[in-house]
Amino acid sequence: MLFEGFDAILLARIQFAFTIAFHFIFPAFTIGLSSYLAVLNGRYLMTKDEVYLRLFKFWIKIFAVSFAMGVVSGITMSYQFGTNWSVFSDRAGPVIGPLMAYEVLTAFFLEAGFLGIMLFGRDKVGPKLHMFACLMVAFGTALSATWILSVNSWMHTPQGHIIAENGQFMPVDWMKIIFNPSFPYRLAHTLTAAYLTTAFIVGGVGAWHLLKGRKDNIGVQKMFSMAMWMIAVTAPLQIVLGDLHGINTLEHQPAKVMAMEGHYESHPEGAPLYLFGIPDDETQELKYKVGIPKLSSLILKHDLNAPLDGLDTISDEDQPPVAIVFWSFRIMVGIGFLMLGVGLFGLWARFRKKLFEAKWLHRAMLIMGPSGLIAVLAGWITTEVGRQPYTIYGLMRTSESASPLEAPAVGASLLAFIVVYFFVFGAGVFYILRLMNHAPVLGEKGIGKKDGPIRTSGITPAQQVEEQTDMDEVKK
Amino acid sequence: MEGAAISGMEIVPWLAYAWAGLLAFAVYVYVVLDGFDLGLGILYPFYKKKKDRDLLMNTVAPVWDGNETWLVLGGGGLMAAFPLAYAIIMPALYVPIIAMLLALVFRGVAFEYRWRTKRWLKYWDMAFIGGSIVAAFSQGIALGALLQGIAVDGRAYSGGWWDWLSPFSLLCGVAVVAGYGLLGATWLIMKTGDDVQSRARKLGWGFGLATIGFIGAVSLATPFLDIEYYARWFQKPGLFVTIPMPLIIGAISVTMLASLRQNHHEYRPFILSLSLFALCFVGLGISMFPYIIPPHVTILDAATPFRSQIFMFVGACVLIPLILGYTAFAYWVFRGKVDPDEGYH
Repeated sequence: MLFEGFDAILLARIQFAFTIAFHFIFPAFTIGLSSYLAVLNGRYLMTKDEVYLRLFKFWIKIFAVSFAMGVVSGITMSYQFGTNWSVFSDRAGPVIGPLMAYEVLTAFFLEAGFLGIMLFGRDKVGPKLHMFACLMVAFGTALSATWILSVNSWMHTPQGHIIAENGQFMPVDWMKIIFNPSFPYRLAHTLTAAYLTTAFIVGGVGAWHLLKGRKDNIGVQKMFSMAMWMIAVTAPLQIVLGDLHGINTLEHQPAKVMAMEGHYESHPEGAPLYLFGIPDDETQELKYKVGIPKLSSLILKHDLNAPLDGLDTISDEDQPPVAIVFWSFRIMVGIGFLMLGVGLFGLWARFRKKLFEAKWLHRAMLIMGPSGLIAVLAGWITTEVGRQPYTIYGLMRTSESASPLEAPAVGASLLAFIVVYFFVFGAGVFYILRLMNHAPVLGEKGIGKKDGPIRTSGITPAQQVEEQTDMDEVKK
Repeated sequence: MEGAAISGMEIVPWLAYAWAGLLAFAVYVYVVLDGFDLGLGILYPFYKKKKDRDLLMNTVAPVWDGNETWLVLGGGGLMAAFPLAYAIIMPALYVPIIAMLLALVFRGVAFEYRWRTKRWLKYWDMAFIGGSIVAAFSQGIALGALLQGIAVDGRAYSGGWWDWLSPFSLLCGVAVVAGYGLLGATWLIMKTGDDVQSRARKLGWGFGLATIGFIGAVSLATPFLDIEYYARWFQKPGLFVTIPMPLIIGAISVTMLASLRQNHHEYRPFILSLSLFALCFVGLGISMFPYIIPPHVTILDAATPFRSQIFMFVGACVLIPLILGYTAFAYWVFRGKVDPDEGYH
C-alpha cells in the first residue's frame, strides 16, 4: 500500500511543517494588515480625507480573503496536535492546553465576533462602533499571536512546571510558564516581522501601480508613502530585535546558535562569522567555508576574542540538522538586510522628493513585495528546526511525541493536505493578486455592496457617480 | 514524583465535571451555530438560482466565522482540560477529523471566493455544498465512533485507522447531515421572505421528518451497542428518563412540524429545532457519563490537576459570558430579514 515502509514520524513532521507553514503566512500578513486598516479607518474619521477611505475599502477586500484562509488553515492546526502529535498533547497538554484555550477565548472570538461588523457593519452601527470593531480585530490578531508565541516559546525555553509520574508536564507557576525566557524576544521579533511583512506587501502593491504609470492616483501615492515610512522604521528595529533574540537563544539554546553559525568546532579565541559553507553532519564539518574572523564573537558576545563553543561539545544525537538551520538563517538575515537597504533607499528618494518617480525603488519594492513572507518562514524554520531533536527543548524528543499511527494514515492525509492546500490557497492567492492589480479608485467599493467593480467587467462612469454618492452618505 | 509535595496537583472532581459541562456547552453551541451554517450548504442544491444562493450565504456571512470558533474552543478546551482524552480521540478518529478539516477549508473559503469570480462560481458553490455535507457527515461519524467505544491501551489509542467505520457511525453521520439541514431551513425561515422562505418551509418538513426518524434510529441503536448503555437506559434510575424522553421529543417534533406550515411562525421552528438538538445532547450526556471516552476513560481519568484546570476555568467563567455578549451583539446588528437586493457582499 501507498506509504507502507515510510517513517510515520517523518511524515507527521512533514505534515506539521507543511500545514503550519501554509497557515503562518496568512496571520503574518493579516496581523499587520488589520492594524493598517485600523489606522486607515482612524485617519479617515479624523481627517475625512477620502483617500483613507478609498484605501480602507481597497485593502479590506484583500483582508477578507486572507483572513478566511488564515481561519480555515488555523482550525487545522488546533486539531493537528491531537491527530498527529497525541503523545506530545497528552504530556504537554496541562501546560500548553490552557494557554491555547486562552488564545481561543481572548483572541479568536474577539476577531471573529467583530470581523462581521468590520466588514459589513459600517452603515449599520455608525462610525464609532465600526472603528471600535476595527480596533478589536487588530487587537485580537496581535493578542492571538501573543498567546501562541508564549506556547511556542515555552517549548523552546520550558520553565515553571514539574514532570509528574505519568509523564505529564504539570504547571506550577503560570507566570513563569507564560513569561518564559525566550518569550519577550520571540514576541517582539515575530510581531515586528508581521508588520514589516505587511509593509512590504502594501508597498509592493503601491510600487506595482506606480510602475504601471498611476502615480497621479493619490491612493497609490498614499499607500506607497505609508509603507515606505513603516519600512524605514521597522526594518532597522527588526535587525536590533533579531540580534537580541539571537543573544537570548545563545544563552538558552546554544546548540541552535551553533547550527545557525555553522560552528561545528569550538573557537576558544573568537569565532568567525561564516558567510558561506556546506554543512556536513556526517563528518561534522563546514565545507568550502568563507568566513570573517572573529565577527561571530563580536555579534554574539560583543567581544572580538570571546570564546564560543561549537557542536563538538554536543553529542551527535542531541544536535539539530545543521544544513537546514544554517541556510534558513542566512536567507532570513539576508532578506533583513535587503529590507534595511530598501528602507534607506526610500528615505533617500523621499528626501530628494522623488518617492513616486524613482523607478528603481519601485522595481526593488515590487520584487521585495513578498520578501517578508519568505523571511518569516525562513526564521520560523530556523527556530523550529534548531530546536530539534526536541519538541520541548531538552525534555521531550520529537521521536517520542508522535501519535501511534501507521505510516499509510499519515501519508494519505499529508497527500490530501498538499493537494487541497495548493489548490485552495493557490486560488485564494490568485484572487488576492487580482484584487491588488486593480488600482484603488475614487469611490472604491468596499465589501458591503453587492456589485463592486471587481465583480463586474469594468468600471463605468455611471457607476463612479453612484459610488461617489454612496461615499458621501458614509461621510455624513 | 515531587508532584505530591506541591499543592494543587490533585484532580478535583467538581472542577473536572464543571469543565466537562463547559465543553459540552461549547460543543452544543458549535453544533447549533455552525449547524445552520453548514445546513445552508446542505440546502444549496435545492436553491438553483444565483440570486437565491447569494441571499442564503448573506444570511450568515457576518457571523459564520464566529460560529466556527466554537469548534476551535471544543478542540482547544479538550486539550486544555482533558489532554489524555484529546490525545486518544484524535488519532482514533483520524480519518473523519482530517476529512472534516479539509471539508471546512473548502466550505470556509467558498464564503469569500465565490464573490471574487464569475467563471469559477459554480465550482466554489460545489465546494460550499461538498464541504458542508462532508463536514457534517464527518462530525456525525466522529460522534458515532465515540459512542460505539474506542480501544485504549495505557495512555494511547490502540486500534487501527479504520475502526471508526461501522453501520452505526455511518447512521450517525447521515443523522447529523439531516439535522443540520433542518437547522439551516429553520434559520432561513427567520432570515428570509417570499419564495426562499416558503421553499425553506418545505425543506424544513423533509429534513425535519428525516431528523426525527434518525433521532429515533440512533436512540434505538445506542442501547444495543456493546457497552453498558443498555443498563443505563433500561434500569432504574435511567428508566425514569427513558420513558418521558420519547414523549417530550415527540411533542416537540409535532409542534415544530406544525409551525413549519406556510405563513405561520417565523421564529418558532428554529427555536424548536434548537431544543430538539438540546434534548439529543442531554440524551448523549446520559449515555456517556461519567465516561469521556466510552468504555475505558472517565472524565476524572482524563482530567488534569487542579492547578491546570482552575487557571483556565477562572478565565472561561469571565470570558465566555463576555463572548456570548458580543456575539449576541453581532447577531443583533445583523438582525431581521436579509434584503435580497442589498446583500452584504
